Amino acid sequence: MLVHCSDRVRALLLAVLLLTCLVVPALAGPFEDSVAKFANDDFSDTEAAIGEVASSGNPLASTILSALQDGRLSADPDTKKIFVTRSDGKIIDAATGAAVDKLSDNVADVRVNNRLRRAIEAALGGLTLLSSDPAKRLAAAQSVFKSHEENLLPTVESALAKETNKSIKQALAEARAAIILFKSDASDSDKLDAIAVIKARGDQEALALLNDVGTDQPALVTKAASSAISSIQSNLAMWSMVQNAWYGLSLGSVLLLAAIGLAITFGVMGVINMAHGEMVMLGAYTTFVVQEMIRTRYPALFDYSLLIAVPLAFLVAGAIGVVIERTIIRFLYGRPLETLLATWGLSLVLQQAVRTMFGPTNREVGNPSWMSGAFELGQITITYNRLWILCFTLAVFAILLAMLRYTALGLEMRAVTQNRRMAASMGIATSRVDALTFGLGSGIAGIAGVALSQIDNVSPNLGQSYIIDSFMVVVFGGVGNLWGTLVGAFTLGIANKFLEPVAGAVLGKIAILVLIILFIQKRPRGLFALKGRAVEA
Amino acid sequence: MTPHILTRSLDRAATSFILIVAAFGVLIPLSNLLLLPGSVFHVPTYLVALWGKYVCYAILALSIDLIWGYCGILSLGHGAFFALGGYAMGMYLMRQIGSRGVYGNPVLPDFMVFLNWDKLPWYWYGFDKFWFAALMVLLVPGLLAFCFGWLAFRSRVTGVYLSIITQAMTYALLLGFFRNDFGFGGNNGLTDFKDILGFNVQAEGTRCALFLLSCLALVITFVICRAVVTSKLGKVLIAVRDAESRTRFLGYRVESYKLFVFTLSACMAGVAGALYVPQVGIINPSEFAPGNSIEAVIWVAVGGRGTLVGAALGAFVVNYAKTFFTSGALAPYWLFMLGALFILVTLLLPKGIVGTFNSWWEPRRVQRNSCIAADEASAAREDGVGAPKMAE
Repeated sequence: MLVHCSDRVRALLLAVLLLTCLVVPALAGPFEDSVAKFANDDFSDTEAAIGEVASSGNPLASTILSALQDGRLSADPDTKKIFVTRSDGKIIDAATGAAVDKLSDNVADVRVNNRLRRAIEAALGGLTLLSSDPAKRLAAAQSVFKSHEENLLPTVESALAKETNKSIKQALAEARAAIILFKSDASDSDKLDAIAVIKARGDQEALALLNDVGTDQPALVTKAASSAISSIQSNLAMWSMVQNAWYGLSLGSVLLLAAIGLAITFGVMGVINMAHGEMVMLGAYTTFVVQEMIRTRYPALFDYSLLIAVPLAFLVAGAIGVVIERTIIRFLYGRPLETLLATWGLSLVLQQAVRTMFGPTNREVGNPSWMSGAFELGQITITYNRLWILCFTLAVFAILLAMLRYTALGLEMRAVTQNRRMAASMGIATSRVDALTFGLGSGIAGIAGVALSQIDNVSPNLGQSYIIDSFMVVVFGGVGNLWGTLVGAFTLGIANKFLEPVAGAVLGKIAILVLIILFIQKRPRGLFALKGRAVEA
Repeated sequence: MTPHILTRSLDRAATSFILIVAAFGVLIPLSNLLLLPGSVFHVPTYLVALWGKYVCYAILALSIDLIWGYCGILSLGHGAFFALGGYAMGMYLMRQIGSRGVYGNPVLPDFMVFLNWDKLPWYWYGFDKFWFAALMVLLVPGLLAFCFGWLAFRSRVTGVYLSIITQAMTYALLLGFFRNDFGFGGNNGLTDFKDILGFNVQAEGTRCALFLLSCLALVITFVICRAVVTSKLGKVLIAVRDAESRTRFLGYRVESYKLFVFTLSACMAGVAGALYVPQVGIINPSEFAPGNSIEAVIWVAVGGRGTLVGAALGAFVVNYAKTFFTSGALAPYWLFMLGALFILVTLLLPKGIVGTFNSWWEPRRVQRNSCIAADEASAAREDGVGAPKMAE
């Protein structure tokens, strides 16, 4: 019954609305009269009031309209007085701006519907075009572009004449073009100019706007619009390629970061470390602990929390790695399959230990201010945390490469990789190198954990989700070659992101796994295989 | 020929294993059905189902031991073959529900009705017949293993690489079976089974019959494994395990041997899965989880790799421990224990329980036998017959 009732009311309202739309609205009276219309509790009156208030030029107009938008505008149906509850809780009379102590009991909020919300938005857009805050002006110009309200044209033009900021000027010009395109009495040549401006903008919104150009427009205009549409579409397709490539690079950097430590332990020592993912997890939890300490004791240092966490995570994970090597892996050299099982057991123990200490749920790790937010590059949005992780990964890779190339430990590690027995004969303490290598690989996994804590859930299962991917990267890239790991990670990342829109996220991932399995058939030792005698060892 | 294979493959340990399994397979159902619930020897139905599950795990462990213990192929994806066999059986059981489902559709399983599918996908055809499902239980895992092995062994993917790509295989299947549009019930899997071959799956009699069948399957699998490993083929497999290149250079087609034994092992795992599903009452994608496959490998390692009996024993011991610990106050510590088990077994007990026992027992047995032989010989010498024998 209730449903029927409200349906009937809605129908009645609609009828009234249609009627008032047909009948030309009453002429604008003084500001007080316009404001009083809000008290009629009638959607069409409210709409008329919005238009009148917006065009009144009264300084209270934007206060009233934004109050209406947020549901802070209330009306007294008896006295026809309208009140604004400001966001700080103070109440003023909308018509005069005088402060009011408190509202009487029969005061009710002015109701709005979706149609009115759009009207308010457009009206506010017109008002804020002349605001002194550049950000507000830009937002207003954007919203006018979308709404292309015809009656805002004079405001837009006057704002355009006054504007000095280049990007806002651009936005205003586009807004003006949008209005002209849909203005029934604009000349064809003006419309063609407008289409050119919109085409130059070239994003989804421009496309949506041009798609709205109906067949009632002159043939010349519709033709220009459709050619502009196709040019924007091809432009957008190119940007979506760029976007996929960026997502792919971002995913690739995450994969590289997770796999790089594994590449060292697997490549140098031939050790399958199934607990590698748990080293990543320990790094992430180190970040969590560091942030907790900073939050409780030195909140000012929060922006530096990651800088503190990176070396700590390296030390924690590296130390645990050395301990693991000395107590377990040392006894299993030459038995890779047994190492695999033992490290799997270790990963269960580490996971459960973390679960016992920190609880099974996700822990909150915050982004420092310099890592949050995003910026626009052409048609794509790039978030700072992804960008930083890409840079960080490349930095870690470069440092590692330099370390292997220029330090004594690196030299020894390479020697052991290439020919363990010969290296031992030349006086290299291979077991010491093994322990340090394992520590280094684990430490880098810990660093990876710091970075991954910024984009993933920090939970005891964090490492599990990366272990199979990391192995795929290492196996695909080829063992014992860091460049192979780099190429492998970015190839897999980009391939994954390009398959995703075609096949969906899960099927894309399955396709990648199947492709890797097939690839290994073709090149059993990966993309960049070690050659020579070391291979069969 | 056949009796010859049997006598050769069944030594004393193997025979006693078969007898013990057979005795369990007969006595437990009997005690469940015939004895009154109050009796000391009465086995409650839930225990029959639980032990039936262990027996299925033991078959899976045997299949892993056959390839890992005797051919050196460490598969970290055997859970996938187990689960595929299980899904084949589950599809049969789903079709048997008929119109008794929640939506009462005579053909479509509930989840398909729920997803607004209007007809059965083609790969569900035929699963209303038991013989077809039973064939698929062998064929699907076998075919997957054959294709996978053909690709992998031919291009000489060995050792750790093989382990990792088998893991990738089961991971890919895990992701796939989680999807609703794969047509296998998404992450809920297949469940709510009503009956199998006309018998109610929940009934005590059916459960006992399934337990008996599982024990029978364990015995048959064991005999097949013994027959394989004691044959000439088995000797080649051991040669491949110990020195693959050398075996190849001796002229054996290593990849064919590996492919045969890998496919056989996958079929066994499929059978284990098919028997597992009606006893547990559900099959869902989590059976594909890489962790499950690795856990199955550790059963074999605990019991003793390359001993067959040990693999089955390991499956019983580890799973009994799991049930015992995860149901009590020690539940939070189970993963510590399982993890420690992985580490300690590989470090301290590389031969597993049975292997260690054998290496402890073997010298004593030889010594005792030689003592007996010496006694007999001295007894014979007194008779003046044994002297020539000693000379040999």
